[in-house]
Amino acid sequence: MRQFLVAAVIACLAAAASAAEPVAERTAICLSCHGESGRSETPEVPSLGGQPASFLLIQLYQFREKQRIAEPMNSLTAEFTDDDLREVSDFLATLPPPTPAEPAEPARMEAGKELAAKHRCGFCHNPDLSGHDQIPRIGAQREDYLVKALSEYKSGARAGYDPAMVEVAQGIGDGELADLAYYLARFR
Amino acid sequence: MVLRIRGAGLIAGFAMAAALPVMAQQPAPPAGGPAAAPAPVDRGSALYGRPESEGAAKLAPVAPPPIPTPADKLPLAKLKAPQGFRVEVYAAGVTNAREMRLGDKGTVFVGARLTDKVHAITDENGARKVRVIASGLHRPNGVAFHNGSLYIAELSKISKIDNIEANLEHPPKPTLVSDSFPKDEAHGWKFIAIGPDEKLYVPIGAPGNINNPPETHAQIRRMNLDGSGMEVVARGVRNTVGFDWHPVSKELYFTDNGRDWVSEDVPEDELNRITASGKKHFGFPFCHQGNMTDPEFGWGHSCDDYEPPISLMGPHSASLGMRFYTGGMFPAEYKNAIFVARHGSWNRTKKVGGDIMVVKLNEDGSVKSKEPFLTGFLEDNKYVGRPVDVQVMKDGSMLVSDDFNGAVYRISYGG
Repeated sequence: MRQFLVAAVIACLAAAASAAEPVAERTAICLSCHGESGRSETPEVPSLGGQPASFLLIQLYQFREKQRIAEPMNSLTAEFTDDDLREVSDFLATLPPPTPAEPAEPARMEAGKELAAKHRCGFCHNPDLSGHDQIPRIGAQREDYLVKALSEYKSGARAGYDPAMVEVAQGIGDGELADLAYYLARFR
Repeated sequence: MVLRIRGAGLIAGFAMAAALPVMAQQPAPPAGGPAAAPAPVDRGSALYGRPESEGAAKLAPVAPPPIPTPADKLPLAKLKAPQGFRVEVYAAGVTNAREMRLGDKGTVFVGARLTDKVHAITDENGARKVRVIASGLHRPNGVAFHNGSLYIAELSKISKIDNIEANLEHPPKPTLVSDSFPKDEAHGWKFIAIGPDEKLYVPIGAPGNINNPPETHAQIRRMNLDGSGMEVVARGVRNTVGFDWHPVSKELYFTDNGRDWVSEDVPEDELNRITASGKKHFGFPFCHQGNMTDPEFGWGHSCDDYEPPISLMGPHSASLGMRFYTGGMFPAEYKNAIFVARHGSWNRTKKVGGDIMVVKLNEDGSVKSKEPFLTGFLEDNKYVGRPVDVQVMKDGSMLVSDDFNGAVYRISYGG
């Protein structure tokens, strides 16, 4: 699956890097993995619906500069100009927020809710987990992606832009991570 | 956790008398006992200590955009300096410009906190050229220059590039000086400087907003330029991101960022001074701003046991880079005054800072006055720029770095 995706991405690289194309055509390749409706159906690939433009811009910048490593994103953005980064992030920010995962088992939801309170997710991500400015929407994000992202912050593999998430994730216990991701993915 | 203050490793003149009452109240734990464990990890973030109130919920750290502002969009027209001073753009496109240092041949080196690059700015017949001279670094906030070598401070290590100004086009990779530092992200980025004693001074911030840090943290250390002989110079320092030595007395002055979430108005950030006779513990986490015991960690402590600041710099104002003015261009009243970059608050509803303050001193090194010098970065409670550091140039002009816009400004007088 991954090999196929990378091949598909490389085939479209030239098209993606061409600034002359309308943004909707240029971003078709984004949506082929991240989901046209803002909800990703691809394992470990995040939903981008409802994400703040500032957050998206920072991620795209970090991919281009290889400060965040996640192929094929580094290849896709390698030739982007600053204006390309802005245009694509502004466009992606118009996608509608994803719908939460189902079903939501009450006991695990309760455990996850307590963990979200303990680790103060809502302090920065907003009480409704919708995100703002440089801070992403985490409510209704893909569960497997949340596990991946939190694990990478916790290990330091993903440094983040601001140090905030590494600071927080180092305090999340190994046993807590799954329940937290379960809850966030089903948050409504 | 308990506070343990070691006599060994402190510079001569450490006031043991000041430390003893603290030690008496909190005896060291038995070796290998459970009390030796690190501080609770869930306190390792800026969020720890925030009350559950509506006003507090609206406050979070402000992140700058990653892409530098183009030169013609910089907020130059909004910046105000006293009459007779002129402000201009020195260089744009210096992504996330943080600490600055001047090379012997006039190159300005600029660190970054949110990107992986160190920049060099050179003057080429009046036009500025901005180059990336090192990349792939982790929060390379700090830069220092000495005898042709550029020292770079990443989150937890110091490296250097020798003969840098002869190799700006194809600089070699930095070589390691020391990585004997904690790896914490919280307050782990560093401002560094080389003192008149030819030693490299390196701060290690408290790992989080408020906690009782391990004895490896909340301090300023110094070491030989090869990384050997590391020793502690000052303790109880929450997070200093700026220091410099008085041109006459050679005493070290430093800014320190106060804790958050106590209240809108206290504690204030500090301007501190290390003197031979003074205490070498500056209070954190027990005492803030010289007269306020911490609501949690202050119980059982007295501010009398710690060295007080020589000036208060405003609540949450993020007083960062500072330099003594040693140039010959500004009027005489600024000679040996301290210029302090206040990055500006996030942990306050009505923001403070976002300016350059000038602190003038008396002959004895105490503070005579404190006033705003360069203002205008804060407009309608929003930042249009955020100053991080100042650097005095050979001609006596002064540069100001702005990490929000990725730019460097130049302030000159007369002419």
